[in-house]
Amino acid sequence: MEITIERLAKRYGDRPALDPISARIGQGEFVAVVGPSGCGKSTLLMLLAGLLPAGEGRVLLDEVPVDGPPAGVSVVFQDYARSLFPWLTVRRNLALAAVAERPARAELEHRIDRALRSVGLPDTAARFPWQLSGGQQQRVAIARALVAEPRVLLMDEPFAAVDAQTRADLQDLVLRLREEYGVTIVLVTHDVDESVYLADRVLVLSPAPGRVLRDLVVDLPAPRGQLVTKALPRFAELRAEVFRLVMRPVDGAAP
Amino acid sequence: MAERGRGGPASTVEPGTAERAGRLRRALRPLASLWLLAALLLVWELAARADPSPFLPPFSVVAARFGEDWFAPAPGTLLLSERFLDAVPVSLSRLARGWALAAVLGIAIGVLLGRSRAARALASPVIRFWMSVPGVAVLPIALQFFGVSDAVSVFLIAFGSVWIIATHTADGVAGVDPGWLRTARSLRLPRGALLLRVVLPAAAPSILAGLRVSLGFGLVLMIVAELYATTAGLGHDIALYQQTFRYPEMWSAFLLVALLGIALNGAVDLVERRVLRWRRRG
Ligand SMILES: Nc1ncnc2c1ncn2[C@@H]1O[C@H](COP(=O)(O)OP(=O)(O)OP(=O)(O)O)[C@@H](O)[C@H]1O
Ligand SMILES: [Mg+2]
Repeated sequence: MEITIERLAKRYGDRPALDPISARIGQGEFVAVVGPSGCGKSTLLMLLAGLLPAGEGRVLLDEVPVDGPPAGVSVVFQDYARSLFPWLTVRRNLALAAVAERPARAELEHRIDRALRSVGLPDTAARFPWQLSGGQQQRVAIARALVAEPRVLLMDEPFAAVDAQTRADLQDLVLRLREEYGVTIVLVTHDVDESVYLADRVLVLSPAPGRVLRDLVVDLPAPRGQLVTKALPRFAELRAEVFRLVMRPVDGAAP
Repeated sequence: MAERGRGGPASTVEPGTAERAGRLRRALRPLASLWLLAALLLVWELAARADPSPFLPPFSVVAARFGEDWFAPAPGTLLLSERFLDAVPVSLSRLARGWALAAVLGIAIGVLLGRSRAARALASPVIRFWMSVPGVAVLPIALQFFGVSDAVSVFLIAFGSVWIIATHTADGVAGVDPGWLRTARSLRLPRGALLLRVVLPAAAPSILAGLRVSLGFGLVLMIVAELYATTAGLGHDIALYQQTFRYPEMWSAFLLVALLGIALNGAVDLVERRVLRWRRRG
């Protein structure tokens, strides 16, 4: 799906959280959103997900205005602990992601098992979220997003609570998803390396209220790989550039 | 009302002296309450012996009576007396019907109220009114309507319980963590799944608290209704013994009611522990 953001703005009460933002995210494109804490990244993602009413402007998914959670869009929330239901087992948590489309039972079980295998937790289906570590819960939240077989995946710092090895695995999982299914991905992160390594474009937001400081095209060759890509001189340049923008954004006028 | 995370932060720190003392105290708590109970029974016994009155026989007499009345084994009755089988199933069936009715209605009303602030504002004076009317006061009206019949007890029990369950449910539903609701919305859960898989489980701590309190009320109202409006049942027995000056039997029936109350409370405890497992976090 293609996402069009048209002069989208949001305020909480009389405090602006997001200044008008416009952008286009093409079918199958991978866009990372970075910016200082509190600049409105999560707000932007909730607006894209149809979970918050827009203040001004609008979001279009394949030309259709978003005015509620659209079909085919999965969200991985920043607050993963509060987005899983503790009274349901992992399997039942995952099954809820497909309730809306009612797949056949065998198909559902198959999808759940596959999603859990993709995030490296094949043996947790019968357990409860509170019996898992923070990083494991975060991976369950990602698995749940996969069960719906989305065409748009919106993720809010989904790898924040996992160790470095798992993080690398999950990053490559997400890249593979995009490769295999042409999923359109928007990833909020404050890990600059991650944004450059994964994305086709990095949207750098200004401090609150967020606006687009820079829409940076990441011209690194595909396929990306943890060792190969991160060793490229161009990777270092892009990384430095994003870093500079995030660190020293007050002057606004980026080079 | 029921708070989140009853396990508390204490259980996550390493076991220190305070923790161990706390655990010991928790282990001893049931014993402590038994001591108090034993002391009270002893006071009863001594007081009744010091100043004998036909109205208050000593506890030992009542206890002996209790065994004979309710547990005198007859063939094929599982150690229960005929008297027990005549009274207890009748009473419990009334309680079960009245309370189940109240639970279904109360949860339904509570969900409607909890989901809508406007409905809450509109209905809360009405509910507060009915809640402050003691169930007992409705007894004459119920008698007028239903005559001396089972329906009086069932109605009274249901009426006395439904408002408590409704308000507890409404509180619980209105207080569901917005994070969970947002997730449910993003998963595009249909109404039924939203209610059964998210809203009701999330509100379960509060709903169960309402059910527990209302069960106590229901037991009281069961006895009250039976005092006046039936020809069988525990309350009826108590009234009969009182009117015919059979005080030891009256007290023994009274004791049975108390034990039933404790047993029902224990049953709710078990259900609660099972349903709210997720709140203990391991
Ligand atoms: N529900 C809300 N009500 C009022 N203000 C809010 C609400 N949610 C967010 N804000 C404010 O809006 C601003 C943007 O919040 P948002 O959560 O989008 O930031 P963020 O970029 O995701 O930050 P972080 O990187 O820390 O997650 C913040 O200043 C925050 O205080
Ligand atoms: Mg955020």
